[in-house]
Amino acid sequence: MSDAIYSFVRVDMLPLLTATFAAVTCGLLGNFLVLRRLSLMGDAISHAVLPGLVIAFLVSGFRNPLPMFLGAAIAGIATVVLVEVVQKLGRVEPGAAMGVVFSILFALGVLLIEQASARHVDLDADCVLHGQLETLFWFPPQDWGEFISWSTFLTLPRQVTTLAGMMIASFMFISIFYKELRIAAFDPELATTQGFHAGLMHYLLMIIVAAATVASFEAVGSILVIAMLIGPAATARMLTGSLLWQIIISVMVAIICGSFGYASATAIPAVFGLDSVNAAGMMAVVAGVTLTLAIIFSPQFGMITKTLRWRKLSMQIALDDLLGALYRLAESGAESASITQLATILQGREIAKGTSQALRRGLVSRFGDMLKLTTSGHKAAATIVRRHRLWESYLVDRAEMLPTEVHDQAEQLEHVALQPPGEPVTDPHGRPIPRDREDRERANQTETKRPKKNKP
Amino acid sequence: MTTSTTSAMRNVESDFSTTVVKAAKPIADPRQSPVVIRALTVAYHRKPVLWDVNYQAPSDALIAIVGPNGAGKSTLIKSCLGLVPTASGQVTFWGKSYAQARSRIGYVPQRESVDWDFPVSALDVVCMGRYRKIGWCRPVTKVHRDAALACLERVGMRDLAKRQIGQLSGGQQQRVFLARTLAQEADLYFMDEPFAGVDAATERAIIEVLRELKSQGKTVICVHHDLPTVPEYFDHAVLLNMRVVTAGPVNEVFTPENLRKTYGGRLTLLSEAVDAVTRASIVR
Repeated sequence: MSDAIYSFVRVDMLPLLTATFAAVTCGLLGNFLVLRRLSLMGDAISHAVLPGLVIAFLVSGFRNPLPMFLGAAIAGIATVVLVEVVQKLGRVEPGAAMGVVFSILFALGVLLIEQASARHVDLDADCVLHGQLETLFWFPPQDWGEFISWSTFLTLPRQVTTLAGMMIASFMFISIFYKELRIAAFDPELATTQGFHAGLMHYLLMIIVAAATVASFEAVGSILVIAMLIGPAATARMLTGSLLWQIIISVMVAIICGSFGYASATAIPAVFGLDSVNAAGMMAVVAGVTLTLAIIFSPQFGMITKTLRWRKLSMQIALDDLLGALYRLAESGAESASITQLATILQGREIAKGTSQALRRGLVSRFGDMLKLTTSGHKAAATIVRRHRLWESYLVDRAEMLPTEVHDQAEQLEHVALQPPGEPVTDPHGRPIPRDREDRERANQTETKRPKKNKP
Repeated sequence: MTTSTTSAMRNVESDFSTTVVKAAKPIADPRQSPVVIRALTVAYHRKPVLWDVNYQAPSDALIAIVGPNGAGKSTLIKSCLGLVPTASGQVTFWGKSYAQARSRIGYVPQRESVDWDFPVSALDVVCMGRYRKIGWCRPVTKVHRDAALACLERVGMRDLAKRQIGQLSGGQQQRVFLARTLAQEADLYFMDEPFAGVDAATERAIIEVLRELKSQGKTVICVHHDLPTVPEYFDHAVLLNMRVVTAGPVNEVFTPENLRKTYGGRLTLLSEAVDAVTRASIVR
């Protein structure tokens, strides 16, 4: 084994693996917290398990995983129950109830730690926040052959094996109860009436979250736990509309946060000759960055997509309005119109935007201050006016509206690429509806084709 | 002060009317009835929402629960389904408890009660109606997906099966809910305002499905807000205002007098209702 690899395995591999296990565990479970709009519950539980941990530690006297898990699970359930009680009896919103419960429980935990440290017990409130990833050294066997053996496994630090087990447990929990978790999160009432008690699923989920929190806690600290419970799931939520894909993406994001976060805390500062920074903190930062990127660049729900879609729509509307106005003026005999004239007709609309777009597409031609529809512009305008007047007559004929009240409705509907059924010749105001030439040509073509098809 | 006095008077009035209706009702075997409610009382924060409700539903009927806002209509449905803790009373389905009859009962909650941004498709939601049949921890198989697709077909939504539910219109969402209930293949359906905020086409689709269910011998109990359509859509009505003011076939109980008892002094609603009754009697 080369020295470089050996030193990686000894110094970096375990913190990296541990952090990634913690990130994936919390990322997975976080999906259901985010979906149930209970993201803050992860925050609450990860703080509120502290007194449970300390009490378990004080009672058992040493850091044994089992009593600590029990203490944390009890504290986790107590948090959920207390939040509900405060919410009901105090008549406050869920966020307020969670905030009150977890800050008080966390404070209680800190007080208990202080009491404990007075008795020379090794527990540290700082480590609760940041974890102690950097202390996970490992002295692996020098030989590859000895790697996969029980004795090697036993030399692994406890945090790593606990977290690996917790990750597998979370995977199993979600795959076994996928259907039940989904229905309980989407429609708790239906779930309950079908016999999948939503409250039971809620408590099961909270117990697993509490357990995951405790398993991750010692190694990576509560900041990373909270970041991973919310970050990957929220990022994945921005990127897909399917729950299964959301879970898959959240796991990938968690892996990226774990590995990239660790690398940018240790390897990247080393390149610039700087001291490495807190790895758990860096991972939380990476989670924040990925969420920000997802919010900006998501192809479906992102800010850029939204802005572009909105721009395109407003451009389309400005163009449609301009062409429609020019067409109507042409109908009344005015072949061209001045921009000031159009401004009085299209009051409050964006004429400049529509004009520049129409000129660019060659739909209108400009002579000084005057605008005139080109041939292609005339065709495009006819389609819009046709749609407007078809909608007007549809609204009068079918929706039983009065001819005087349909214009505004049709003004909105004309921008939609959808035509109402029917082939009226005039609109409710007696104006002719422009014929759709392309449509009729297409109809003729299919008619002439049909008899040919029947011949052998 | 005035309001409480009128409501007290109304309670007295309704006390009398309940007794009258009870005496007039033919005594049927409660084991035949899809749902029998006895002395049901529900309270939130010590304030009673439902008070001593007694009702026996006929089988294969479309039943409307009507009453003013805050009359406890949704609460009545929810307490039948065990979603709301009851202070006292008993609800039986074909003579059995809810837990025993669960698989024969379907439920459509109000559309606003769920998060429509949830990452599931219309088909996923309809499949949820079959979870009881699928059972704990088992995956949704093709048999169940096909059954769900058939239900979407019945409400005219098959083409939108793969759509994420947030991208559907309000009417389409309501149809998905209806398809989900059909997927439950129940004998008794509870629906909480299925007609609220839907377009005309969806309203027709829903009423068609309701009639189809009735023709198959099933019972549907709907919370309904739109008084004028009650005589057209439903055979039976329960007039509810904390208590059952009266219940029975629509043509017997849907009278201006009963509606006045139910709605009290709300004149606009009342005149609307009287209009509805007059129109219905002309139709008949």
